[in-house]
Amino acid sequence: MTEFTNRGVQTSEGVALEAFPPPNAVQRPTRAMHPWLSFAIRRGASLIVTFLALVVVSFLIVQLIPGDPAFAIAGANADLADVERVRQELGLDLPLGQQFMTYIGQVLSGDLGTSFIYRQPVSTVILSRLPFTATIAVAGIVTVLLIAVPLGMTVGLLTRSGRRSWLDTGFGVITGFLDSIPGYIVATLLVILFALGIGIFPVLPPAYSTRMVAESFVLPVAALVIGPICTVSRVVRRETAVVLENDYMRTARGWRLPASKQYVKWALPNLLTTTLTLSGLIFSGMIGGAIVIESVFALPGLGTGIIKAILDRDYPVVQGMVIVIGMIAAAINLLVDVVLGLIDSRNLGGSHANA
Amino acid sequence: MQTHSTRSTWNAGLVSGLLLFLAIVVIAVVAPIAFGSAAEESGTRQIPSAEHWLGTDTAGHDMLLRSLVATRLTLLMTIGATAIAVVAGVLLGTGVWLMRGRTREVCLRVIDGMVAFPALLLALVVAAVLGAGGSSAVVAIGIAGIPYFARLTGNLAAKVSQQDYITTARLLGVKNTRIVLKHMLPNMAEPLLVLAASTFAQSLTAISALSFVGLGVQSPAYDWGKLLNEALPSLLAGRPYQMVGPASLIIITGIAAILIGDGLAAMANPRSSTKRAPALTVPSGSVPPQDADGGFVATIKDLQISAGGVPLVKGVSLGIKEGEILGIVGESGSGKTLTAMALARLLPDGLSSQASKLTVDGLDLLGAVPARRMAETVALVYQDPGSTFNPSLRMGTQLTEVLTTHKNWTKAKARQRILESLRMVRMTQPELRMKQHPHELSGGMRQRAMIAAALSNEPRLIIADEPTTALDVTVQADILRELKRINRDYKTSMMFISHDIGVVRALCDRVLVMYRGKIVETIDASNLTEEQVQHEYTKALLAATPDMSDPLPLRQRAASVSTDSTEGVLHV
Repeated sequence: MTEFTNRGVQTSEGVALEAFPPPNAVQRPTRAMHPWLSFAIRRGASLIVTFLALVVVSFLIVQLIPGDPAFAIAGANADLADVERVRQELGLDLPLGQQFMTYIGQVLSGDLGTSFIYRQPVSTVILSRLPFTATIAVAGIVTVLLIAVPLGMTVGLLTRSGRRSWLDTGFGVITGFLDSIPGYIVATLLVILFALGIGIFPVLPPAYSTRMVAESFVLPVAALVIGPICTVSRVVRRETAVVLENDYMRTARGWRLPASKQYVKWALPNLLTTTLTLSGLIFSGMIGGAIVIESVFALPGLGTGIIKAILDRDYPVVQGMVIVIGMIAAAINLLVDVVLGLIDSRNLGGSHANA
Repeated sequence: MQTHSTRSTWNAGLVSGLLLFLAIVVIAVVAPIAFGSAAEESGTRQIPSAEHWLGTDTAGHDMLLRSLVATRLTLLMTIGATAIAVVAGVLLGTGVWLMRGRTREVCLRVIDGMVAFPALLLALVVAAVLGAGGSSAVVAIGIAGIPYFARLTGNLAAKVSQQDYITTARLLGVKNTRIVLKHMLPNMAEPLLVLAASTFAQSLTAISALSFVGLGVQSPAYDWGKLLNEALPSLLAGRPYQMVGPASLIIITGIAAILIGDGLAAMANPRSSTKRAPALTVPSGSVPPQDADGGFVATIKDLQISAGGVPLVKGVSLGIKEGEILGIVGESGSGKTLTAMALARLLPDGLSSQASKLTVDGLDLLGAVPARRMAETVALVYQDPGSTFNPSLRMGTQLTEVLTTHKNWTKAKARQRILESLRMVRMTQPELRMKQHPHELSGGMRQRAMIAAALSNEPRLIIADEPTTALDVTVQADILRELKRINRDYKTSMMFISHDIGVVRALCDRVLVMYRGKIVETIDASNLTEEQVQHEYTKALLAATPDMSDPLPLRQRAASVSTDSTEGVLHV
């Protein structure tokens, strides 16, 4: 759901990106340890916590089903024997504590269970779907960065200190409008325009084919990126305006550096922290969030997979996907923080990512 | 004027947003009553016609009527989800802020972690537990919105709770719940309302998305998302018109919510929508006389600078001699920095300047000057060394930039030269400094680096704009000593700007006193005593300087050992 990824930025641009200010803001990182080492320890610990939280949540999915989970899972037309079979298969007849220990043991040994529907290991189901989602998500975030950063910077430069207010207004109105259209409606518009109207892109990919045809990914990626491009370019525009006001830009002007060097070498690195943090959020949203777009184009990815599993009451697959998608999101957050740390080691002590 | 016009357009946005939303609400109330049964009439599939403006679906239902009727259910579900997110988010966000110590920290981290996670996953977990259906979609989207809303409420609460009246209330022993209800929430109401509007827009698209993929509203009920879901096979079969009704209504409602949110935000914070004065940097003047500048490195004649018609510098003329340190003193706003920036051709946007003559080293600054020539002629040292260097780049990368750019030197050669300059200004461990980022250097070190950068280009004039104001007194003394030494060893002329008459008297040869955009007094530094100055303002400045016990210029007592006062700094 691309629209979810925009949470965090839309109207409340300034506030939304900040994490909670740490209660003791002045607290200095401990000098005794190498910053990367303490970073690795801290983030490693938080990955473990995230993993455990996901295991608990996915375990609770079945436990929290209202009424008798076995009845609900077996479905409305199941007879008592079916219900008992489901109960045994999921171990629902065991005490809660024992169920949890069994579950966590299985997950830790890499066994995510067996799909009710496909009669295949859940890990196989997930691995067969991952490439589709990964392809459009990675292509998506690369496209977003390649378009949004230059676009936002250019508009920021052209409108600095109140110049060209028509461009400022126009940019705000257009990006605001495009941003407000949900991704799945953008997708249908693109289908009407390019697949039905002009006919240059195929509507549907060769489903369940391992041979991926590049053209069939153009429309899904386009539908996925238009909203985020607007979001990111608005943020980059605003950040550019802030950076240009900084004293170090005056230093660059005072050294009479050519404009290209001032903007690319001096200003751009200072835009990266915000842009990358935001892009990380958008990217992790994209991994799971291509869900609706995948439905429009019938891409056999994780999104359509988890929806189908929920509708089919295929709980082992749902549980497995929650853990896998969650860990992918955590890995992306970590990746972004590593990149931010490489850019500026001060970011290593940061508190902006996750627990 | 500007402010007024921008504000009225914002209000227009708010008004049109409210009107759009009102129209949607009217449709939601009226449509199910008026068309409820007509929308259920089935027949054959038809393309758009006079009878069915948007055509019919596969069962022959009129798409326009169905889209209108679906408004009520969609709106109710969206409002429900928004209410869950807002109420729980506000409770959680403020609640966390009332906690203490570790509990609070842990809760904040948990919320932070949940926000960093795709809200989608949370919504799907809830949908998986509750099963597909309209009410579970409402709960799922509502819950998925909670962490984000809680985080933002928490951020607001953090700001509000640091206000004095909250602290006072706490000290007075007012109960926490009362503090939240009476003091914090009213002060957070406006931004929260704006956030609620954006949450509404996001809930609308999210709930429609759930129905669209089949996890939301189930047949025979229908909302906009469900209508889109039913229209998808038609779309892929080449009949897109079935999409038009629900798609446009989703877009219109979303835009209404965003317009309302933006409008409220603009009302709450009118400053954010005002525009700065238009930029107009047009240095113009009479034909510059090409006469020789007998012994002057820089000459300014009749310099006038104004911002939007308000004069800031009113006809300043001055000259800086070869090898001279010219001091300019005056309070902030007296125009001393603007005068210097005009000479460096670095006036900020939005200011216009005029002069009948403006030259440095024979360069006519009223015309076009090549950047390289400018860089080799004038160098600058700024006030706050904390912000003059780019925080993202290593010192070496920044310092060598001038040389590689303007002299076309190789990186290695530029590096050698910068290292030399750094040693010249007596920077400790210059090789290490080149590899460090600005934040790893102290203020004094950064200022030395700035001076080294200025030196490396062998400029004719160094403009130092309050170079020591932001530094500790002892460091200040070091930096001043360095400038003096450079002036003595390399005969570099300097324009030294300060509000500290003590520093100026110690360092400079000649001093200009500026007051309200004009030069009110020009005097040799050695004559800067209360007895010899003419102007009342200069007298006031001198009287305000604490150490008046020793009026002797420092050059004459270079053997002084005192370093704790800026008066004794120049024994180089």
